Amino acid sequence: MDVLGILIPVSLGLGAVGLAAFWWLLKKGQFDDPEGDAHRILRDDYDDKPK
Amino acid sequence: MTAFADPARPSACPACDVAPLAEQIAGSAPTEARLMLAVPGIHCAGCISGVERALQALPGVHDARVNLTLRRVAVEADLDVDVDTLCAVLTEAGYEAHELDPGVLAATEVDARGRALLMRLAVAVFAMMNVMLLSVAVWSGAEGVTRDMMHWISAAIAIPAVIFTGQPFYSSALQALKAGRLNMDVPISLAIILAVGTSLYETMLSGEHAYFDAAIALCTFLLAGRYLDHRTRANARSAAQELAALEVPRALRLNGQVTETVGVADLAPGDLVRVLPGGRIPVDGVVTEGTTELDRSLMTGETLPAAAAPGDAVHAGESNLTGPITVEVQAAGRDTDLARITDLIAVAEAGRNNYTSLADAAAKLYAPGVHIISALAAIGWFVATWDLRVALNIAAAVLIITCPCALGLAVPAVTTAASARLFRKGLLIKNGTALERLAQVDTVVFDKTGTLTDGAPEPMGLDQFDAQTGGIALALSQGSAHPLAAAIARELTAQGVRPVQVDDIREQPGFGVEGLWEGKPVRLGRAAWVGGGEAVGTTATYLRIGEAPAQAITFTDTLREGAAELVAGLQAQGKRVVLVSGDVEAAVTRFAARIGIEEVIFEAHPAAKAEAIAALSAEGRRVLMVGDGMNDTAALAAADVSISPASALEAARAASDMVLTGGSLAPILDAMATAVSARRRIKENFTIASVYNLLAVPLAVAGLCSPLIAALAMSSSSLTVSLNALRLR
Repeated sequence: MDVLGILIPVSLGLGAVGLAAFWWLLKKGQFDDPEGDAHRILRDDYDDKPK
Repeated sequence: MTAFADPARPSACPACDVAPLAEQIAGSAPTEARLMLAVPGIHCAGCISGVERALQALPGVHDARVNLTLRRVAVEADLDVDVDTLCAVLTEAGYEAHELDPGVLAATEVDARGRALLMRLAVAVFAMMNVMLLSVAVWSGAEGVTRDMMHWISAAIAIPAVIFTGQPFYSSALQALKAGRLNMDVPISLAIILAVGTSLYETMLSGEHAYFDAAIALCTFLLAGRYLDHRTRANARSAAQELAALEVPRALRLNGQVTETVGVADLAPGDLVRVLPGGRIPVDGVVTEGTTELDRSLMTGETLPAAAAPGDAVHAGESNLTGPITVEVQAAGRDTDLARITDLIAVAEAGRNNYTSLADAAAKLYAPGVHIISALAAIGWFVATWDLRVALNIAAAVLIITCPCALGLAVPAVTTAASARLFRKGLLIKNGTALERLAQVDTVVFDKTGTLTDGAPEPMGLDQFDAQTGGIALALSQGSAHPLAAAIARELTAQGVRPVQVDDIREQPGFGVEGLWEGKPVRLGRAAWVGGGEAVGTTATYLRIGEAPAQAITFTDTLREGAAELVAGLQAQGKRVVLVSGDVEAAVTRFAARIGIEEVIFEAHPAAKAEAIAALSAEGRRVLMVGDGMNDTAALAAADVSISPASALEAARAASDMVLTGGSLAPILDAMATAVSARRRIKENFTIASVYNLLAVPLAVAGLCSPLIAALAMSSSSLTVSLNALRLR
């Protein structure tokens, strides 16, 4: 049962990391133009540094 | 991208290093402007590249980025770059473009509500997964101190999460209660609060059952529904606001002999405004100087350009085609006809919002019922056991298990599936309830120009001209920017005709083009001005060479792809089809006969179109309006449901519930079929949710509903509803 003391914080921490990453992407506007992004990936001059 | 000087760069010239710094200290004067253009026609990867390349090739443009979801392009450019040049470049590259006023759009630029919902959903999912993990341990037999610890950790995760993620429901419920109503959010909020409250109380007394997982799962499922709902409406921005952004923002004011560029807002009645050919008239007023022809199609739908001379009235939104004119301002800004149409739309939109969707209707029945059952259960158990703790637990269980996860998902899941399906077929749904309304349509009203037709006049019979006549016609038509002349020039060039030498080509604004060919006068233009021939009844222009009788060149509107099939298909389904147009009687009736429509309304100005729709609605008809112009926007907003083609004006598309993304009209028939089956699926979903409630509520009232059963029942009903939505064909 002692292992729970490690596993619960670990699982919470990993979840929090994912949440933080998602929050950051949302702020960065990664989800502003889903339709355009779906098409952009097919372009030859793929811009890997979108603003 | 803008390259800024790197401040760390060592330099031989110390002053050079200081200069940018000084600029920074001075508050860095803006060196570039952010411009916003509406590009309605773009739809694919090729368009994105095309638009961005065309703009980035321009000097002074630093960056251009297309947002395909909003059909807009944001341009970063030097301050002196003119928006009109950008639009012209895009038009040349084959993309229709309009300027948008960034100030007006600032409010809608970032989808703040969508972001907030997505953020809350992410937090809810994170919390739900972790709490569920702990709950599984409890369900599989954790006892005593371990169980209490699990419950406390669950509480520590769930309580802040529920407070944060449930905010949309709490605020909506609070508003409803303040207004003395009940909506779906009231039982939701009450269930969440009761569930968390009793769970916390139970945990403190180290009780066996805690509903933290149920409370946060509730938030998650409902937020998912809300977000799906929001996504399907993401493009539905207020038509009135788009219109405001489209209004001509600047005008050339005559100040003595010099002209100055001023904002339209600064114009006052009595001012003189200069309007150059190709420009849009910014105000309502009277022509004081110059003759020209006006393209009034934006306001009236009339395809023929109208002549304007001193003394004639002109209106904001009309395009000046051939000659420069001076206009004395009578009304500007909010007082123009254009602004009045905007107001018409706002009023009509408010009227349409009265439509009660199936979901709202269900909520009206549902919310009071749930409260009554749960209150009765609580009272019953309290009377039976005299134990408030048990009674509250039962009440919470009833609220949780009846809580409308499935109902919250029933509509958005179906509409999202249907929108995705129709989008692949070329129809974009902007309004969440549009499909429900489309399913009930029994009358379809079409606009003529630009909707059933392509909107571009096409000259007929040019191939019967000999090379010489054709050459003269081409030479003359190239001398004018008039739409009819442009159509002739396009057609003749396509036929391989070469222009002959015509000297002294002069355009007589409002009449036509004339020149000298081998010493003989040649003219192309209005019948009366050209002279020596008979005017025919249709849209036509006339060519006269020397003293020979004038020849008429007649024009026809080309049918849009799928138009004939659509009208035939609708009539086969027994729908009433009406044609309404601002064009003259002859043109409209002839066109109607050609496509097989019996009911026509002609010479209808914008308000008359909206009235025609209102009259049909008053007869008890459910009206679908299909239109594309500024003159249709009020009618589009007044109809029960409206569709506009992609080529339509941004304002018309904003006023419509659905937009055709391709050139063909055929997807409208698909949409009607899909709408009917979507409505059936929504009703099925309500049945599923009701049946599930009928089974689960007695369990909860009887006190047999443990958190495990509640979680299972809730998830399975939500999943069933979502899966049923995917069956949509």
